[in-house]
Amino acid sequence: MTALLERPASVADKPPRRRPARRWRHRLTVLSFMAPALLGIGVFFLYPLLAAVYFSFTRFDLLTVPRWVGLRNYTYLFTQDSVAGQAALNTVWFVLILVPARMLAALLTSMLLVSLKRGGGFFRTIFYLPALAPPVAATIAFVFLFNPATGPVNEVLSWFGVDGPLWFDSPDWSKPSLVLLGTWAVGDLMVIFLAALLDVPKPLYEAAAIDGANAWQRFWHVTFPSLSPVLVFAAVTGVIQTLQYFTQAAVAASVASGTATTGGGISSTFGYPENSTLTYPLHLYVSGFRYYDMGYANALAVVLFVVAFGVTVVLLRRFRAFTGGAR
Amino acid sequence: MSRRPCFAGTALAAAATLFLAACTPGTEASDDVAPSGQEAKGSIEFWHFFTDREAKAIDDAIAQFSDAHPDIDVRVTAGQDDAKMLQAISSGKGPDVGLSYSTDIVGKFCSSGAWRDLTPYIERDEIDLEQFPATVRSYTSYHDRRCAMPFLADVYGLYYNKTLLAQAGYTEPPKTMTELADMAKKLTKRAPDGTIEVAGYVPLLNFYEHTPQHIVPGWDAKWLTADEKSAIGTDPQWQAMLKWHKDLVDWYGYDNLQKFTAGLGDEWSADNAFHKGKLAMSVDGEYRVAFLTDQAPDVDFGTAPLPVADDQADRYGAGFVTGNVAGISANSKNPEASWALIEYLTTETGSIVGLSNAIKNVPTTSDALASPDLQVDEKFKVFLDIFEHPETSTTPPNASGPKYVEMAQEYVDGYLSGANKDLASGLADLDTRIDQALDLGR
Repeated sequence: MTALLERPASVADKPPRRRPARRWRHRLTVLSFMAPALLGIGVFFLYPLLAAVYFSFTRFDLLTVPRWVGLRNYTYLFTQDSVAGQAALNTVWFVLILVPARMLAALLTSMLLVSLKRGGGFFRTIFYLPALAPPVAATIAFVFLFNPATGPVNEVLSWFGVDGPLWFDSPDWSKPSLVLLGTWAVGDLMVIFLAALLDVPKPLYEAAAIDGANAWQRFWHVTFPSLSPVLVFAAVTGVIQTLQYFTQAAVAASVASGTATTGGGISSTFGYPENSTLTYPLHLYVSGFRYYDMGYANALAVVLFVVAFGVTVVLLRRFRAFTGGAR
Repeated sequence: MSRRPCFAGTALAAAATLFLAACTPGTEASDDVAPSGQEAKGSIEFWHFFTDREAKAIDDAIAQFSDAHPDIDVRVTAGQDDAKMLQAISSGKGPDVGLSYSTDIVGKFCSSGAWRDLTPYIERDEIDLEQFPATVRSYTSYHDRRCAMPFLADVYGLYYNKTLLAQAGYTEPPKTMTELADMAKKLTKRAPDGTIEVAGYVPLLNFYEHTPQHIVPGWDAKWLTADEKSAIGTDPQWQAMLKWHKDLVDWYGYDNLQKFTAGLGDEWSADNAFHKGKLAMSVDGEYRVAFLTDQAPDVDFGTAPLPVADDQADRYGAGFVTGNVAGISANSKNPEASWALIEYLTTETGSIVGLSNAIKNVPTTSDALASPDLQVDEKFKVFLDIFEHPETSTTPPNASGPKYVEMAQEYVDGYLSGANKDLASGLADLDTRIDQALDLGR
């Protein structure tokens, strides 16, 4: 056995001749495994990203060859386009209100479900069902439910002497109405929170109870820290999704405006009423595909990417300590 | 310091730029046409936006074309909007012939070359453009490039419910804005709590077809100057028009109107509020005659030109006209057959009259308008007269499409709701913003 393990002197004295080849083979093997992913990232992420940056410095309408215009699109965006400012503010509003509202609704629902002694499975299904509704169908249903003249919501409010608002037809109420829609369909978040809640070690609660902690203290000192990685995940993905908030705002505006157009698409109704539901991605779409200012739309997209990237980095750094380091 | 990364970076950037430039779409079309007298043949693809009953009428017209041109095979795709057509053309897979419902795209499609210049075909086949009214000629070309031909027209006027007017003691529709406001108030019915049950006239400018675009001719207000700058802030008619509407909105109460309109049926359904007797007077296109006949035959209604500003009584009879426009895509592989189809649909009297009778749109040629086969009753005749009125106008084509119209629409909505207070300075600011936005598209 010993003789077999000994390296011949001639081999030990010389550098191994086959090692570079083996190393290259190893690298090729790794690369071949990574190739599909790298190809996908290159074709579907890097190329579109580079193209967007390039087109953002051009005058481009999809039909003619792009013409280099330097910073003109960015100058218009930051100094002249008041609608872009309004769209950005609307989006920030959704990020600040819709994301926490959805997280809170999902957390409360999941805590309620955990505390149920019986029927947990049934209620889990009931609360999750709205998440299965297609966003377009759910939005249309909500606009009809909240119709100020014929909707059942205002009808029920009137039984209690409350004159219901105009909901999706009011610039003051249109965004809160969309938040209501968002908090109705929190099944996706609820399931994640529910799993995290069930994962909290029971002995921690028992120890807290022995130490005399009340319900709030148990939540704050036991439940909340245990949930924090999941909360950060929900916050980061929620912010990124909300920065791209599109479908619900587009459909609600189109249906509530009552001016469905034949042939021209629905983009002329985006923002109804009074641009109160015009989000940044909707403005981007209108610029690109209704006004054919594709160069400008790319400038809007680049800014959105930079903001989303920056916000994600800040959130992750800010909450690193909160989630227990770099685990 | 190694120069390799710098070189590699430069090479990568250059390669990326070349790659991006190589992948950039562009449209180039040859203006060469075949000699006169050669019969076109082959397959072409035709996209239009019509659906349901109206799409059937298009299919019938295409069948007649196929009978007259058996060597041309036309594949028809219905329900296509302008955005889809533009994206298809830019990707090189667009239809040979496209039909748009709006003249808003003519400026963009002509200036970008998305649709071919039709002048060589028109000159070769000696098409007489004088058979189209001047306004129609203007909305089918941009900067002397004629890339579209008119395929029927939409003309806007006033619909009124004769039963409701008679109940209020009226036998005639209003002719001036003062008369319109007075009648609107008298025709409005409210519930004891103030809720509107029947509106005499809804003055919100984003309701059904009641938009700035369609009612501006009643005030002779101008959109753009000759050098394509916004004229909205400097033309006093805009302020007069908006103040008139604001006064009437305030009389109803903005929230009352919003609540009332939110409860009305969809414009394109049988539940349209005018069909249901919820509106005494309404602005709409000539096509509503066919919708009412089909979906609400019991409604006793009349049609009339739009009322005009009190000091412009001599302009009564004019209105807004827009139209469907047809063009040949830049990347059409069979432009000769495409032109044969467009020529047939837009200049052949029998085809135009047949389509007009079927979908109740206004024919665009003088021969078709005078044709004894054109089915014209007194309600539809009103729109033919508006169409031929010398003061009838449209929105001027622009390379940025409908952008300036929609920016004005946004401002107007805010003014009528009370969000935008100072009208004069608001319109001046709107001018600046429109000019900047149009510059971006140049």
